[in-house]
Amino acid sequence: MGEAQGPRPRPIGRVRFMDAQRVNLDGFAAENTDLGMVAYDSPADPAPSLVLREGRVVEMDGRAEADFDSIDEFVARHGLDLDVAEEAMAVDDLTYARMLVDPAVPRAELVRLAAGMTPAKLAAPLALLRPVELMVAMTKVRARRTPSNQAHVTNRLDDPLLLAADAATAAAFGFRELETTVPVLNDAPSNALAVTLGSVVGAAGVLVQCSVEEALELELGMRGFVSYAETVSLYGTHEVFVDGDDTPWSKALLASAYASRGVKMRVTSGGGAEALMGGAQGHSMFYLEARCVALARAIGAQGVQNGGIDSASVAASVPKGVRSLTAENLMVMLRNLESCSGNDALMSESDMRRTARTLPTLLAGSDFICSGFGSIQRFDNMFGPSNLNAEDIDDYLAIQRDWGVDGGLRTADADDLERIRRRAAQVARDVYAWFGLADFGDEQVELAVDAAGSKDLGTTDTLAVLNAALTIKTSGMTGLDVVSALEQCGYPDEARRLLDMLAARVSGDYLQTAAIFDESMNVLSLVTDPNDYLGPGTGYDPTPERQAEIDAIRQERSVDDLRRAQDDPAEFARFSVVEEATVGTHAGEVVVGLSPAVGRAISRTLSGLSVSEALAEILAGLEEEGCTARLVRVNDSIDLGSIGLKAARLAGSGIGIGLQAKGTALIHRRDLPPLANLELYSVAPTIGRADYRLLGVNAGRHAKGATPDPARNPYSDEAIEARYHTRVVALVAIERTLATGAPPEELAWKGER
Amino acid sequence: MSPEPRRAWSGRDSSELTVEGVVEGRLGPDDIRISPDTLRHQADVARAHGNPQLAANFERAAELAAFDEADVLALYELLRPGRATGAELRARADALDARSAPICAAFVREAATVYERTGLTA
Repeated sequence: MGEAQGPRPRPIGRVRFMDAQRVNLDGFAAENTDLGMVAYDSPADPAPSLVLREGRVVEMDGRAEADFDSIDEFVARHGLDLDVAEEAMAVDDLTYARMLVDPAVPRAELVRLAAGMTPAKLAAPLALLRPVELMVAMTKVRARRTPSNQAHVTNRLDDPLLLAADAATAAAFGFRELETTVPVLNDAPSNALAVTLGSVVGAAGVLVQCSVEEALELELGMRGFVSYAETVSLYGTHEVFVDGDDTPWSKALLASAYASRGVKMRVTSGGGAEALMGGAQGHSMFYLEARCVALARAIGAQGVQNGGIDSASVAASVPKGVRSLTAENLMVMLRNLESCSGNDALMSESDMRRTARTLPTLLAGSDFICSGFGSIQRFDNMFGPSNLNAEDIDDYLAIQRDWGVDGGLRTADADDLERIRRRAAQVARDVYAWFGLADFGDEQVELAVDAAGSKDLGTTDTLAVLNAALTIKTSGMTGLDVVSALEQCGYPDEARRLLDMLAARVSGDYLQTAAIFDESMNVLSLVTDPNDYLGPGTGYDPTPERQAEIDAIRQERSVDDLRRAQDDPAEFARFSVVEEATVGTHAGEVVVGLSPAVGRAISRTLSGLSVSEALAEILAGLEEEGCTARLVRVNDSIDLGSIGLKAARLAGSGIGIGLQAKGTALIHRRDLPPLANLELYSVAPTIGRADYRLLGVNAGRHAKGATPDPARNPYSDEAIEARYHTRVVALVAIERTLATGAPPEELAWKGER
Repeated sequence: MSPEPRRAWSGRDSSELTVEGVVEGRLGPDDIRISPDTLRHQADVARAHGNPQLAANFERAAELAAFDEADVLALYELLRPGRATGAELRARADALDARSAPICAAFVREAATVYERTGLTA
């Protein structure tokens, strides 16, 4: 047959349905080595090699000295430990790969050997690691023992009050670095100031950066408006590097410039960047990233943000692309550098794919699990949406708790959040007024406090922000002036916190690898908090206090919480005991058997009706069918089948209804075994008034010897069990305490029809 | 390893940094400015923790710590691609030597040679 002619026929319903799933909005690329659209192993990637002559590198990764490009040259002259190079280059790839996951081989030995490996040499064993092996190696090799996390704090209006409130919020959630940027470049000084102000309200020791053009970012750092820098981009080919308007020497000088003012910095790279810029020269993403990471070490950066940053979706479009992003992070760790591990730009429209991309990093732990968790809503993220965003904070907290791992975040109490957001917005307003930068009113403060995003602010004066930024830039004001303003505006704690951040520059301890501050301003770094993982029972475990933070999410409920929520004296007062229950004789009589907690401890069913409301419908249904009803509380069983059967055996008609306080119900007949029944209404959360009415009607029809059309449980595609099972456990426990074994008792009930 | 210096560029000990001092104008930018000695100490720490490249960075920084911000920014700008000829870079290296920054001077000289060979000069 020849090629099909005309339009493709409409696919069948199953395929149309699958096509409509969100994952199919993502792009998936066939491997193309010419374009660098390949994760590992392109034919153009060189075999590892290193030739030394009189202590000088004369060939590296298949290229002779005379042909070195600027990246080769810098790595060859500065990046390799030549004392260990011969030994390291001779280590078999598989041997090194196994050392990476062997608990008997300490981090120090892996790092020592990696220092002598060329880019291609270090890439080779990492390409052999399977996903779980990558995770084990990350757990062992990351620099800092204690994991942490970084947030993006931005908004599309550059609104200072909202930036301050959101920065304080991010700090309250536990982020130890906050990164802001601007949709409007000239707003940068204002954003840096606003986020810094918010950060000191939210927590002590939070690092802040403002990602903008290199020279401006450096100036903001030198003047004390930000406390670290990250947007120092490296690329794996000479041409793309130069397109970025830098060279390895200028980047190295930039690194030294930050250090010269006591300001922490890391560089940024990431697989797929060169392919995205059309400059991969046929190389695989992982090989080019290996060059970037070797260069990062060579220029003297203390850390690297990689793992496919802006190009994460490019890497994720090819086979094994996501795996290679995690391998990039591990490579940074092996170069003895801080890993700020991507999970940054949104890499998929699929919730499953983006979760699957981040989960290995979260479980393994990293110096920074995300190099930009969007702490604000997606639309407010001026870097573009992150892989995780404000929409996902509760999900992330739940996942931390599920796995018992420290992903760097904690729950923030709702009242605390309101308090710190108000204080942050007030601080920003007062400090902006102090310097004559802008005048904001109480109404704007309150809007920022309540806003879930900049869309909630209404119309704002964006020119005022621009003017404030210009004034900051031209006035020569510094971080110390802000300390003074905070104190004089009546915010002594925040003044102290900001001064502490500035004073940290004097000792330079936070220039060391993977440094963050804890909330007591202790530096945690490779030097002060080194990773000591050597297999099970070693390495980082959360302290009991930290574990409690991870476990106690705000949605957590105890049995006592639920008991209090079910306590409704007015509902319970509707029920009163008449006498010990007897067997009825009237042929039209149906007995409604009630569980032990009815009228005593449980007032509402899982669908939100009061027990009386459910009961009223059942009784109305029986009445419609001309039946009489009697209520009997069963006290020796909480099992619904048993309750229904006991009711049936007491009923004149031989038909009984069983109703648990949580709302589950059935119709039973006296001659059936306990676990058989006539109709079961099992999914209590979905049983509404009409269902209880139908239950009553059908029970009545059974009593009259008819055969009613059985009820169908309502259809649902929701995670009903996830939503209700914890409550079921608590409600069953409450029922159990009331099942005393006392004989069944007839109840009177004062209902509202 | 070198002793741990606690003094800022101004010579003031970091324990003397108080909000009161800032408000009263007794403390200025040089009191929160890192000193070259501290950077050299941090270089020793980095070297002892397996990162001689980070140490080299701190040693370059120790020289730059004495420069004012405009000079640091200008040196960065000069090293960006196509900004200077080889001769201009070497002249700047000589000037760095004259300002007691021999490490940075050698670094700029190395850049001049590589830039000429790889097409990064003006």
